[in-house]
Amino acid sequence: MNGGRAALCVEQKELVAEGVVRLRLVDPRGVRLPDWAPGAHIDLNLSNGLTRQYSLCGNRWDAMSYEIAVLLEPNSRGGSEFIHRQLQVGDLVQMGGPRNNFRLVPADSYLFVAGGIGITPLLPMIEHAAKMEAPWTLLYSGRQLSSMAFIDRLQSYGDRVVIRSRDTQGRFDLGAAVSNLRQGAKVYCCGPTSMIDALEQFCRSLPTGALRRERFTAKVQTSPARSTAYEVELARSGKVLTVEPGESVLNAILKAGAPLLASCREGLCGTCETTVLSGVPDHRDSILSDTERERNLSFYPCVSRAASDRLVIDL
Amino acid sequence: MARLSQLVPSSGHEPPILVDDPFSEAVLSSPFEFQHALREAGPVVYLSSHNVYAMGRFEEVRAALVNWQGFESGNGVGLFNPRHETPYRRPPSAILELDPPIHDAPRHALEQALGPRMLTGFRDGWARTAEIMVEELLNREVIDAVADLAEAFPLKVFPEAMGIPEEGRENLLLYSDHNFNSFGPNNALVENGRAAFTKLVGWMGQQGSRESLRPDGLGARIWAKTDEGDLTAAQAAGVIRSLLIAGLDTTVHALGAIIDAFLSAPRQWELLRAEPTRARVAFDEAVRWASPVQTFFRTATRDIGVAGTKIPEGEKILMFLGAANRDPRRWDNPDQFDLNRDPSGHVGFGMGIHRCVGQHVARLEAEVVLHELARRVARIEPSGEPKPHLNNTLRGWKTLPVRLIPA
Ligand code: HEM
Repeated sequence: MNGGRAALCVEQKELVAEGVVRLRLVDPRGVRLPDWAPGAHIDLNLSNGLTRQYSLCGNRWDAMSYEIAVLLEPNSRGGSEFIHRQLQVGDLVQMGGPRNNFRLVPADSYLFVAGGIGITPLLPMIEHAAKMEAPWTLLYSGRQLSSMAFIDRLQSYGDRVVIRSRDTQGRFDLGAAVSNLRQGAKVYCCGPTSMIDALEQFCRSLPTGALRRERFTAKVQTSPARSTAYEVELARSGKVLTVEPGESVLNAILKAGAPLLASCREGLCGTCETTVLSGVPDHRDSILSDTERERNLSFYPCVSRAASDRLVIDL
Repeated sequence: MARLSQLVPSSGHEPPILVDDPFSEAVLSSPFEFQHALREAGPVVYLSSHNVYAMGRFEEVRAALVNWQGFESGNGVGLFNPRHETPYRRPPSAILELDPPIHDAPRHALEQALGPRMLTGFRDGWARTAEIMVEELLNREVIDAVADLAEAFPLKVFPEAMGIPEEGRENLLLYSDHNFNSFGPNNALVENGRAAFTKLVGWMGQQGSRESLRPDGLGARIWAKTDEGDLTAAQAAGVIRSLLIAGLDTTVHALGAIIDAFLSAPRQWELLRAEPTRARVAFDEAVRWASPVQTFFRTATRDIGVAGTKIPEGEKILMFLGAANRDPRRWDNPDQFDLNRDPSGHVGFGMGIHRCVGQHVARLEAEVVLHELARRVARIEPSGEPKPHLNNTLRGWKTLPVRLIPA
């Protein structure tokens, strides 16, 4: 998948649940959009200056359009409000991506756990699991049924889908769901931090890679591995930058005039992924798995830093 | 030679009919006249010799390759159509003949395992191998650029990089050659190769197991994906066999094509020598110019219109990568091997979701060989009549006698 930039045109906008709009986006020239797979997201650069990530939730067998669903978040910094209140059919938005940090990998069975708008990346995953004839279950909860998007689409799957409104029915017993899993199962979760954190606890004893999660808010940051300045060497130009503890590596790179595309600046979207040639990064993103962290092949300079005195990167 | 049939008039929706057999010895040994006729006949043509559709113009070939939703690989990328005939004579490959969703996981695993940054560790060793090989070749009066260079180099580095046992490595060329033949019709090439191939099926079946692979090779790296839960054990073994089958003959014919290309345009060798960093462009331009992989089939997933012609659901379409790579609608002086051209966008590695996942491996091999040749060799001169190697899918040379003039 490429990391390019293009303009998309809003072809449809429709309210699909309380506070949730679904957008259908097409290329204004009427050509194919870049390929994607379930778990992928795009960045939208909204004309109010904000960039936001949205999971693709449509059908990849239709190459001419993307679908996203956006929840109006009262405490948002304005991204969802802009989409809900201002963006209209016919408007153009700048897109980055698609990118995928949440891939569907093979499994003997799948447990999908969605909280609220976290249903979006899981929708195409469910369709894929069904196509691959793998057994699966979806646990989908939200505060109240009226605010839960796509319940209608899920109806045809019968009792594989369990829908629960937290206000009237309480939370799912995720511990029980995990302990009932058979060998070879994978767990996919997208939802609020509390849900992911809880699931992470329950999945401790599962094999590596059995739990895959996507957060829509960045992990709460612990304090950095070091409190002193460090050096970052840009291998292609040979420039060596000194990065103060209070500064982001991304900032230092951009100040030095090296080209690097960034987007969310929170370690969520993956746009600024940079290859590490030597040195040990202090990974602070919400993307890499534990094994990927240990390999130290790449890092996200918007939030990650150096644990060693010097980091050599492929820029 | 190439004839348009007079029998069926070509209306807006019926494609023009071409009667020539693209898998005949005559066309395989020199495909350019046929490719020209194919392109000029129309954007979509019907090949009456095998009852399939075909495309040879760049724009349509590229668009069809990218359109995996409309032109699937899962029904086989050879002539054989399991929708019309049974039984399926080849087991489907672990990646090449899969469509999404089951194509996704093996594809992503290979993209990661064979990405450019994953290969940097091989460069120095391969460069050293190239140095020794060229040194040895310079001691000889005349060499066969196929056996002594194009085959010798990949055979030294590729199975080693994969980490497979030494025993039987030489089987790969024969096995893979027959595999590429079997995408075409059951002609003499297939018949003649069958007996030897059958003897190797058991050997190939043993390749790819985790125990058989060296722990520091590409194969082991693919197996590591199973530890992270990204790939099943069956998928890992399967894609490793796919790499063994797809990774050697293709590169051999590409290296042969590079030598052939410089023989056709000696001035270009001076350009490369003056600026060895052009080695990468030289490789891609040679892949465009020669198209070592000439063709692959797709199947229409529904009735689908291409430039006004209807291709019915379930029909096979033969994509002529080689014809597209020399389409004058896309390339100026397409028959010219030219280092000043930007060859990017050629379809010699395919395009879209099946685009060659091993191209960085092939590119690195070619690059180190070209660097070494450019450093040591002043001129490459022909030294006898080359003989084409015939294969239903691949285009290359059986022998290419040349003289390397030391710098
Ligand atoms: C210059 C040399 C090569 C050429 C011209 C070449 C050409 C191609 C082409 C045209 C395709 C697309 C097939 C399709 O669309 O149906 C392809 C796919 C593929 N190639 Fe290569 N190839 C080369 C080298 C290699 C090497 C060195 C490897 C292994 C290391 C390799 C492994 C593969 C695999 C596994 C696929 C299937 C990818 C998929 O289906 O997603 N190739 N190659």
